Amino acid sequence: MVPLSWYLIVAAILFCVGVFGVLARRNAVAILMGIELMLNAVNINLVAFWRYLEPDKMAGQAFAAFVFIVAAAETAVGLALIISVYRNRETVDVENVDLLKW
Amino acid sequence: MTTLQVMFFFFSLITVAGGLYTVIARNLFHAALGLIVSLAGVAALYALLEASFLAAAQVAIYIGAIAILIIFAVMLTRGVTGKNPVKDWWTYTVTAIVCLLLLVVLLTTLFRFDWPQTTQAAVPADSIARLGKSLVDPSLYVLPFEVASVLLMAALIGSAYIARDKK
Repeated sequence: MVPLSWYLIVAAILFCVGVFGVLARRNAVAILMGIELMLNAVNINLVAFWRYLEPDKMAGQAFAAFVFIVAAAETAVGLALIISVYRNRETVDVENVDLLKW
Repeated sequence: MTTLQVMFFFFSLITVAGGLYTVIARNLFHAALGLIVSLAGVAALYALLEASFLAAAQVAIYIGAIAILIIFAVMLTRGVTGKNPVKDWWTYTVTAIVCLLLLVVLLTTLFRFDWPQTTQAAVPADSIARLGKSLVDPSLYVLPFEVASVLLMAALIGSAYIARDKK
């Protein structure tokens, strides 16, 4: 049998990989990919807790479904913003996009 | 080492390796493919946890919609030089050390508690039907469900407007 702590360890490792992706990348789309990794790590945690602690209530799965929905909405808006920034500045390097309009 | 444990190791290895490739690959398209591998590994972990609806939803929503959106954005925001700029090696080292410290903090907090070693109860046979009913039950989760639908609709309309062709 797989202990619950193993799932939590995998989720923690995936979360830290996502944090590294957000902090160490210059391209804005690559930063969004790191954010997706973090959201998936959180979802693994939620579903593992649901399975091991309260499998007859649906709160854990419903919570994870809501995280899916919010992640999809956030990715769509973030990518639209990145495309719009690219149209105006010709770059998505976050080191260069550091000033508002002047 | 039971079969379940072997499968768990295999799928978590795929998930973490895909994630590592996503954050390390210089070529952005390769990073998007690594993300797809990682998301597939997460879907397999959901199937191991007997959350079958979430496993199917993960494949359909994350891989089938979000990852495709990311690939489109990678193609639409291609730099003119064709090379992806990177930070210097010192920044990478410090960031890696900070993330390892975060991992150490998370793991030490995790190990303080006594988590269950095996699954205590079985998942009810009609868990998917129960999930569906809980999402439309007035005393359960219908309000967050409807609000999330409105949120998604507003976000998609807004993003289509922001990213439209201005000519």
